[in-house]
Amino acid sequence: MLYEIRLAIDYDYAAPSDHIRNLVRLLPSDIPGRQRVLSRLLTVEPMPDERREAIDFFGNSTTSVTWHAPIDAVSFQLAAKVERRAAPPASDLSALLDRLPDEIAAQQSLAPEVPHHFLGASPRVAPMTETTAFARKQLAAGMTAQQAVVAIGRALNRAMTFDAEATTVDTSAREAFAQRRGVCQDFTHIMIAALRGIGIPAGYVSGFLRTFPPPGKPRLEGADAMHAWVRAWVGFEAGWIEFDPTNDQFAGEDYVTIAVGRDYSDVAPVRGVMRTAGGHETRQAVDVIPLEKV
Amino acid sequence: MTEPATTPPAPDLFSDYRLTPGVADELFDAEGRMRPVWRRFVDRFSRLNRDEIAARFERGNLYLRDAGVFFRQYSNDPLQEREWPLSHIPVILHEDEWQGICDGLAQRADLLEEVMADLYGQGRLVRDGHLPAELIAGSRQWLRPMVGVPPRGGHYLHFLAFEVGRSPDGSWLVLGDRTQAPSGAGFALENRMATGRIFPERFPRAHIHRLAGFFGAYREALQRLAQGAGGRERAAGILTPGPHNDSYYEHTYIARYLGLMLLEGEDLLVENGQAMVRTIEGPQPLGVLWRRIDGAFADPLELDPSSRIGTPGLMEAVRLGNLALVNALGSGVLEMRAMMAFLPRIAEVLAGAPLKLPNIATWWCGGDTERAYVRDNAARMMIGPAYACDLPFDIGAESALGGAFRDGGTRSITDWLEREGQGLVGQEAVTLSTTPVWVDAEDGGRVEPRPMTIRIFAARTPRGWRFMQGGYARIGKTGDATALAMQRGGSVADVWVVSDRPVPQETLAPRPTPDFHRATTAILPSRAADNLYWLGRYVERSEDAIRLIRAYHLRLAATDNPNDARLLRLDEFLTGYGYDLEEPVPAALIDRLEAARSCAGKVRDRFSTDGWAALNDMLKTARRMTTTAQPGDDAARAMSVLLRKITGFSGLVHENMYRFSGWRFLSFGRALERADSLAALLATFADAEAPEGSLDMAVEVADSVITHQRRYRVETSRDTVVDLLALDADNPRAILFQVQRLRYLAEALPNARENGRLTALLRAIVPVESALLIATPAEIDTDRLCTLRGELAGISDLIGAAYLR
Repeated sequence: MLYEIRLAIDYDYAAPSDHIRNLVRLLPSDIPGRQRVLSRLLTVEPMPDERREAIDFFGNSTTSVTWHAPIDAVSFQLAAKVERRAAPPASDLSALLDRLPDEIAAQQSLAPEVPHHFLGASPRVAPMTETTAFARKQLAAGMTAQQAVVAIGRALNRAMTFDAEATTVDTSAREAFAQRRGVCQDFTHIMIAALRGIGIPAGYVSGFLRTFPPPGKPRLEGADAMHAWVRAWVGFEAGWIEFDPTNDQFAGEDYVTIAVGRDYSDVAPVRGVMRTAGGHETRQAVDVIPLEKV
Repeated sequence: MTEPATTPPAPDLFSDYRLTPGVADELFDAEGRMRPVWRRFVDRFSRLNRDEIAARFERGNLYLRDAGVFFRQYSNDPLQEREWPLSHIPVILHEDEWQGICDGLAQRADLLEEVMADLYGQGRLVRDGHLPAELIAGSRQWLRPMVGVPPRGGHYLHFLAFEVGRSPDGSWLVLGDRTQAPSGAGFALENRMATGRIFPERFPRAHIHRLAGFFGAYREALQRLAQGAGGRERAAGILTPGPHNDSYYEHTYIARYLGLMLLEGEDLLVENGQAMVRTIEGPQPLGVLWRRIDGAFADPLELDPSSRIGTPGLMEAVRLGNLALVNALGSGVLEMRAMMAFLPRIAEVLAGAPLKLPNIATWWCGGDTERAYVRDNAARMMIGPAYACDLPFDIGAESALGGAFRDGGTRSITDWLEREGQGLVGQEAVTLSTTPVWVDAEDGGRVEPRPMTIRIFAARTPRGWRFMQGGYARIGKTGDATALAMQRGGSVADVWVVSDRPVPQETLAPRPTPDFHRATTAILPSRAADNLYWLGRYVERSEDAIRLIRAYHLRLAATDNPNDARLLRLDEFLTGYGYDLEEPVPAALIDRLEAARSCAGKVRDRFSTDGWAALNDMLKTARRMTTTAQPGDDAARAMSVLLRKITGFSGLVHENMYRFSGWRFLSFGRALERADSLAALLATFADAEAPEGSLDMAVEVADSVITHQRRYRVETSRDTVVDLLALDADNPRAILFQVQRLRYLAEALPNARENGRLTALLRAIVPVESALLIATPAEIDTDRLCTLRGELAGISDLIGAAYLR
């Protein structure tokens, strides 16, 4: 599926601040076999005094922007055309869950895609007793890793209520799980914690969902803003699979990836530091429009 | 070694020096003979009587107190500083033995550099199976943004420390590598200064290797690293987490000693990929930072976002090759305890030779064989977190020693190892050597053996690693030679590396040369200027309050009538500033003094130790008075004491501080505050509505009673008082005098004129000064005084905007 993506994120600062510096992860990248970027353009207003593009450890495109003089508002606008060819796994090639530790241990490398980065505690997500117990309950003897991912994602989807008011961007997985409420970021963090707790390497994907569903299908939660879902490493043969616990499905053709990491802190779309005190307001608008007939 | 066995020469001092079987000792070798390197020291020491010993030790303590050597303990109370716990008897080693240790450490330092380069480069050690991927990927100290970023200057590691100890067989062992931000080098210098006071004799001093040469070489290396393209001069600084850190004192000391700027994260900004220091002259390029903060905190944008002590964009300056950090960000991964398990093998792989100096035997419990070994030998192991970076003996409650949990828990160690193996290491429970320590007792004290470890500092120079020659040993607090005694609460001793011949005397001061020139004025960071400015304001504000409170209590004592009109006026005036006169020493006054101390604490590298001590002394006295002073005469006397102390502080600072820009900001703050408080005083006590006697009080508070008598030879009138306290250019307690001072100081600040035009700051001061010059006392009414205060506030904003941000 070919998509046209338009995203606008606006910040208004309570007080003008000088030397505002932002690290932005909003540009989609090519992912071999899954995603191809035909065009991408990130416009930043007011025009920053400095702008640098780079690739981070996990392979995401980053844009660093800095303003020397005080500004009181910033606007980021993304325009991109992306072709997505990620079908849900056709068959289950994943390792048996009890074989997974050996397959992980065999991956002796520090390359960004190896599972070791995604198993222990990361800045925002650590395995916890509650989520590990929850994950264990969903397991059955002889399960494959992929079956476990789906079972846990589905159970979580049923246990949790989507609620945009219940949490903020800083809410921990523990809090969100305790109240069984939250948005895609919370669903994703909780599922990552649950998977790591039973030894399945899991990470965070940020990106988009198509805005309008195919005819006859319901509009998905999270389509009106940036979305988040889980990627899990299920063995040497199958590698990484992506599952969306907020909508209880594999992240297939309806999804466009922007960035991957261990948790939200690795993929935050706009990370910023201001020198003055005082908060800011932010607005987000997203359109993800299919350019092909379904 | 054919020397005859020697017994300790002074049986009474050394009578309790009993060696423990199976424990090596520094004073005596394995055969019980005194090591020759100690003999002359022991010989002289034993001839001292206990009083002489006590007097000498007190000289050392006095030096440390006068120098203000403190070790801060983590707590919320800024006064919570501990005296430096000096163990007065040094540890003595022969230079040949020392050289042997340093040879081994030089090999180790090179090895650590190679491991670091691989972990942030090719990753071969992991791919080839010499380091487990899960261990590195699981470490919080392995900083992913550093992967693929070559260090400026070609090296990751520049300043290291190694903790070494002597095994029972007499050989030396590395207990820990400090690669992140090693502390203690400044304290080593202070140890040396203090023992110099205790043992001032030419021998052994002439034979002890000096420490200064090491610092000289290191400073040169730093300056070389700092240089920009084409040898362009760029600044070097120390990046400190700030006054709340436990070794902040050392940061200030080292900064002063090496002539480096002491910087906090907010002093820096990154512009066009270049790290800059915010200074009163605008941003200045910075080439190298000796960081004393953990790497993860260095940049909240790309590293730990919760960091409040970092600088956004610092990582970008590093990535673009414009900034060298000592040591490179991410070097903390080498401190991980589990690393010790792999280094011996890595040495053979990378260098083709075993470690010259072994490290403490360590097994990472993530491997099946190693886990089984640790389980079977738990009785002679310390088992603790694999990812921890503490030294082996700093084991916490989460650890097991000799098969038992430190917290007394009765959990199964076997289960623990099975469940959390990847996160655990076993380390051989080491037995350290003992060294002589003076132990006080009722009969005057004696020498006893205590376990010790030595910290050795290494600096990379163009001619290879250079080692500090002694200076720092940690001494255990009990005689128990297992590592447990080394935990917190021990003391620190100097280490003498002694030569058979007198050694060359190096100092850090440059050799005098015929073409002697003065160093250019040091750069003043804006934050330091800001703190000096506010220090000036708070001290003046406190002094003003003390005078007013004293005036109140003097009147109270004289009239014994709290409803006296003048007292009510004074009460109202002081209440407006938050002073509650029900309290003889108002809490708000303590707050002001604490604010002054807090500002001073942030610029301790910039003014004298005596000034700092005076400020602390004043605050302690004031705090004590809050519980003792009684209203009236007693409180007035208390205020007089505080007044003498605060003017003592001001005198120390103003008489002794070099007239650098820093002094100008301090003085500017003081002058501005005094002008403002005089305006406030006159607005209240020279007001048409003020009760009778108010004018006299104003003159008294302004310390101008005698001047008034001499100049006017009449009773106070509104005109004479306003003339004296507002319009007199020769009275330091007149507004005009202080405003003229502001102009004079502002003229001397950097960039005071732009293309011949006055800056906004001077454009604001000059009209105030002119208006006061031509005004008559009658024109300076209360309205005019209030306007004046607004103008002064505007001047404060302008100096802030121009220099202090």
